[in-house]
Amino acid sequence: MATIKINHERCKGCGLCGNACPNKCISLSKQFNKIGYHWAFIEKEDDCIACGFCYLTCPDFCIEVYK
Amino acid sequence: MNKILSKPESLKDVSLSYCPGCGHGIIHRLIAECVDELHLREKTIAVAPVGCAVFAYDYFNFDVTEAPHGRPPAVATGIKRTNPDKFVFTYQGDGDIAAIGMSETIHAANRGENITVIFVNNANYGMTGGQMAPTTLIGQITQTTPFGRDPKRDGYPIKLCELLATLDGTTYLERVSVFNPQNIIKAKKAIKKAFQCQIDEKGFSLIEVISQCPVDWSMSPLEAIRWVEEVFIKSFPLGVIKDKIDEK
Ligand SMILES: Cc1ncc(C[n+]2csc(CCOP(=O)(O)OP(=O)(O)O)c2C)c(N)n1
Ligand code: SF4
Ligand code: SF4
Ligand code: SF4
Ligand SMILES: [Mg+2]
Repeated sequence: MATIKINHERCKGCGLCGNACPNKCISLSKQFNKIGYHWAFIEKEDDCIACGFCYLTCPDFCIEVYK
Repeated sequence: MNKILSKPESLKDVSLSYCPGCGHGIIHRLIAECVDELHLREKTIAVAPVGCAVFAYDYFNFDVTEAPHGRPPAVATGIKRTNPDKFVFTYQGDGDIAAIGMSETIHAANRGENITVIFVNNANYGMTGGQMAPTTLIGQITQTTPFGRDPKRDGYPIKLCELLATLDGTTYLERVSVFNPQNIIKAKKAIKKAFQCQIDEKGFSLIEVISQCPVDWSMSPLEAIRWVEEVFIKSFPLGVIKDKIDEK
């Protein structure tokens, strides 16, 4: 069991986390958050292996990793 | 399930003013992780620059003061000499450190001040809208080099680590980048080693971090990290430029 939590309201939709994820678990929402960005969310939670790559690449420290 | 990775204590729980995908936030987090892991938070005094990182004092959860443009190494010298028990680092952009502040940089390095410098090289003046910096690549288009940097008119990119390596006063100099997870891990190791260099009173250390500035490069964040990997680090090769830790 592994997953991540993303702080949607702080996310700037840069896509670096999804780009770094080896299992392409992360997608960008079609909706905007309060600061006007398409926030990232974990779409394929079952494929998360808690590698932490998304945490490492996020410039806005939005991500927490759980295992 | 347990939380295995989350924001380090040395960062405040606030939003950053940086553009989406900017390398500054990643570098802030790496510094904060190192400060936490070396238990330095209560004794750290950082010096923020003029540049996009001017508000660093709002983001770090330890003491940060602000210096005039280019002067952080001089301010850090004064802080460290009067408070030798504190942990003192500067955080500076390429314009700050290698243009207006070049004199302060070279003299602090030459004196072998026992401070650490985190130098964020994003190949332009980010804050003021993307003008040419001393580190701008040959041929790179900026607001002030609209047809590309031409060495005949604009000179050559300054490789600060190599320049400072010639000075006997410097102890540890390394160039790293943050364009992918592997390099982010290496960058953290380098920052931690430079911090340890100061703790062990071995003198001047500087880590140059090659960083992305998507907005002023007119690129998306993903294009920007690709440009770092395929173009930027070809002109600024990564690696340890100088390591005299064992000799000091
Ligand atoms: C004495 C002085 N001269 C010029 C400026 C204008 N200025 C503000 S930031 C900056 C350059 C910042 O570039 P850099 O140090 O590379 O930092 P970045 O924003 O790219 O991180 C300049 C020239 C200033 N604030 N003060
Ligand atoms: S922890 Fe690894 S596998 Fe899980 S979402 Fe993040 S990058 Fe993907
Ligand atoms: S890296 Fe961070 S800011 Fe960028 S899309 Fe992912 S969660 Fe959002
Ligand atoms: S201008 Fe460049 S360096 Fe400054 S916050 Fe934006 S992306 Fe980052
Ligand atoms: Mg810059």
